[in-house]
Amino acid sequence: MNESPSPRWITPAGLLPVVVAGALFFYFVQMVPAIADGQTLRHVIEWVPSLGVNISFLIDGLSLTFALLITGIGALVMLYSARYLAGHVHQARFSLFLTSFMLAMLGVVLSDNLLGLFVFWELTTITSYLLIGFSHATQKSRRSALQALLVTGVGGLALLAAIVLIGNAAGTFELSEIRAMPGVLTQSVAYLPILLLVLLGTFTKSAQIPFHFWLPNAMAAPTPVSAYLHSATMVKAGVYLMARMHPSLSGTDVWLWTLTIAGAITMVFASVMALRQTDLKLALAYTTLMALGALTLLLGNDSAYTITAAATFLIVHSLYKAALFLVVGILDHQTGTRDANKLFGLASAMPVTATAAAIAALSMAGFPPFLGFIGKELKYAGALAVASEPILVAGAFLIASALMVAIAGIVSFRPFWSRSGDPIPNVKEAPWPMLVGPIVLAVLGALFGIFPDLLAASLVNPTVEAILGPAQEAKPLQLWAGVNLPLALSVATFVLGFTLYFYKIQLRNMLIRLVDSSPSFDRGWDKLLAAVLAGAKWQTRVIQTGVLRRYMFITFGTALAAMAGTLIIKDVVMPVLGVPDVTIADWLVFLLVLLGTGLTAITNSRIAAIAGLGVVGIGIAMIFILYSAPDVAITQLLVETLIVVLFAAAALRLPGMGSEPLRSRPLDALLAIGLGVSTTAVLLMVTSGPIDLELTTFFQTASWPQAFGQNIVNVILVDFRALDTFGEIAVVMVAAIAIYALLKSKPEKDQT
Amino acid sequence: MEQLLSVLIGVLVAASVYLMMGRNLLRFLFGLILLSNAANLTIFVAGRLTPGAPALVPEGLDAPVGDVANALPQALVLTAIVIGFGLFAFALILAVRAYRSLGTLNTDDMRVAEPKDQV
Repeated sequence: MNESPSPRWITPAGLLPVVVAGALFFYFVQMVPAIADGQTLRHVIEWVPSLGVNISFLIDGLSLTFALLITGIGALVMLYSARYLAGHVHQARFSLFLTSFMLAMLGVVLSDNLLGLFVFWELTTITSYLLIGFSHATQKSRRSALQALLVTGVGGLALLAAIVLIGNAAGTFELSEIRAMPGVLTQSVAYLPILLLVLLGTFTKSAQIPFHFWLPNAMAAPTPVSAYLHSATMVKAGVYLMARMHPSLSGTDVWLWTLTIAGAITMVFASVMALRQTDLKLALAYTTLMALGALTLLLGNDSAYTITAAATFLIVHSLYKAALFLVVGILDHQTGTRDANKLFGLASAMPVTATAAAIAALSMAGFPPFLGFIGKELKYAGALAVASEPILVAGAFLIASALMVAIAGIVSFRPFWSRSGDPIPNVKEAPWPMLVGPIVLAVLGALFGIFPDLLAASLVNPTVEAILGPAQEAKPLQLWAGVNLPLALSVATFVLGFTLYFYKIQLRNMLIRLVDSSPSFDRGWDKLLAAVLAGAKWQTRVIQTGVLRRYMFITFGTALAAMAGTLIIKDVVMPVLGVPDVTIADWLVFLLVLLGTGLTAITNSRIAAIAGLGVVGIGIAMIFILYSAPDVAITQLLVETLIVVLFAAAALRLPGMGSEPLRSRPLDALLAIGLGVSTTAVLLMVTSGPIDLELTTFFQTASWPQAFGQNIVNVILVDFRALDTFGEIAVVMVAAIAIYALLKSKPEKDQT
Repeated sequence: MEQLLSVLIGVLVAASVYLMMGRNLLRFLFGLILLSNAANLTIFVAGRLTPGAPALVPEGLDAPVGDVANALPQALVLTAIVIGFGLFAFALILAVRAYRSLGTLNTDDMRVAEPKDQV
């Protein structure tokens, strides 16, 4: 994509995120000496004190390491993006998403309150969704984004459940307080559910098998996003949480074996899958999976070797992997392809990129004197110290590391130095803002390799202390640890790695045949989604039939069950019916209304029905008159008249009613009688009980002195409850406007 | 009289449910009117009945003398009657409009939002 010479990239949308991330990075850097001294910083803002929910932040070695990675790599990636996406229509949107993600991710690693952590955790899921789906016009992006959202979202819900259980078991949501109570979770009855739910959350987030499939798909996102979220930061949130909960949850067989098995399988599977890919970005995505598996495996143990290895490898991986992703992004940006079969010999065209790629790849492959070598030595030392199966674990690391050597060669040696194919002509070196990130990250990998104590004292040791507690010393980081078993394993790694690189084409073709013929999680995901949709359709078909009668039946049936059921369960004694105070006038009105109701209910004639309704209305108005409610009676008469007039006007445009099919009517009648009888029963009970007249008394005594009105009903309406009356007028107005609109609108021709 | 009215309300409810279970939209609307009448009467009866003594404050006094009708349910019923009318008017015109578009008043056949072939 050799685009127009130099699009404007110095824009507020491009550079503001760099400034924010950079400032935060330096803010965290100046905390390093204090934290390295063994201090922790805590800051609490009360949020919902009654529920024990605080926004509290805690900075210790582990948090600070993550915070520095997030802000440091963030600043570099944002500078890179400013140029990578320069001139893109939605660049501002992209910057907003990326910055929001960075802040959410910082929230995850700094939160001391589990509920706060959960909120930030979900925010990273949402921002990740938005970023993967950034190229929303392509179907693939949308699918990948939704898949990532659903998989990590399910994990998020599991995590929430785990947090509630933890809160119950420990009595607090503050992580620092939970850590201060050793055994409070491991010895709790809810330990197993807590552990499994936490791991479901972390495994989905950190893409452990069998939840790994969303991560390679997430590569649909623009490359800076892949480098930042799906390699250096977000996918490590799961690893972070496992490290964070390590003091409270580890030390059991379930913890050890679940993490060991999931980590080892993910690691080996991912490194083999990486070799299968021809898309360089996908190859890197699988190596990220491999790294996440390795970290999970290491965190399963609690020896100082494995934890030191985990802390070191975490940093090593973030540095070289982000650098390599950015390099692949540069290749894509400058040549228009990421296909390993098309990119050769570009070193002379892009010398700076090639150098950065070479340094990062040497670190990835684990050559001395780069930090990757120390990381690999520590991994072997850690593997030999595991509590599970040292030989198998070391073997898994050997296979994975050898494959890393091969893939480092494929990703960053072949495109630049190989003469196996012709270089793409007219390729130019990337502009400087895109080069800064890879160079800085790659050089840091070399620098820390040569001066490992720098990293050990500032970040690794405090991180190990945060996980294992001050009692355990971190193992030293050193380039030359003498001739020992890890060194021998390193040599074996290089030999195996070079062999694999040499046979890469044959191996890849074999893998392609093997992988494509075996079942895939990704296709299984489609089947799962289809099954969920089919289930939803079935449920809709059952519940939402589209038949009004059925909805009404369910509504009335529920009302009947609630009323009659309560009457029966509560074993209510019916008051005795007596008619001592009923006058002739009462009886006459009663019969009048009864007659009108009966007529309306059974007639098939519209005129008869409306006449029956009129009789009912007038009868009820007479009840109001008999029992001292003249205002209500007037309103009732007025409304009844209006109803008749309205109906007469409407009936001119409507057909007759016809008769109902008789088949279903007996059941309807039964339901109707049931509801009628229940209503009568409830009313008889209500009227035979005592009545509270407090409000009535208030209105009687306040009407004149406070509102200067003698008609109490009127005073209530226009004075004490004027707002209700105002609402009533509003309802009538809305109805009138809606009616006007309905009458004005033209009928659609296509619906019959 | 409270007991007699309780029975009457039961009858009104039964008739309205019977009508609303019908397939014809006009029957449904008649049922709606009866139901709102039943609801109004329920509120009225729940406040107890007082014959021949409207809730009025006599001239020159601060409060009514002796037993007068309960004013609060009356005020509520007044509001309810008007709102019930608004609802009925809107529902009636909606039926007219639906008939104009769909050519039927049979609710079983009114399925624009939930068509048969999709369920």
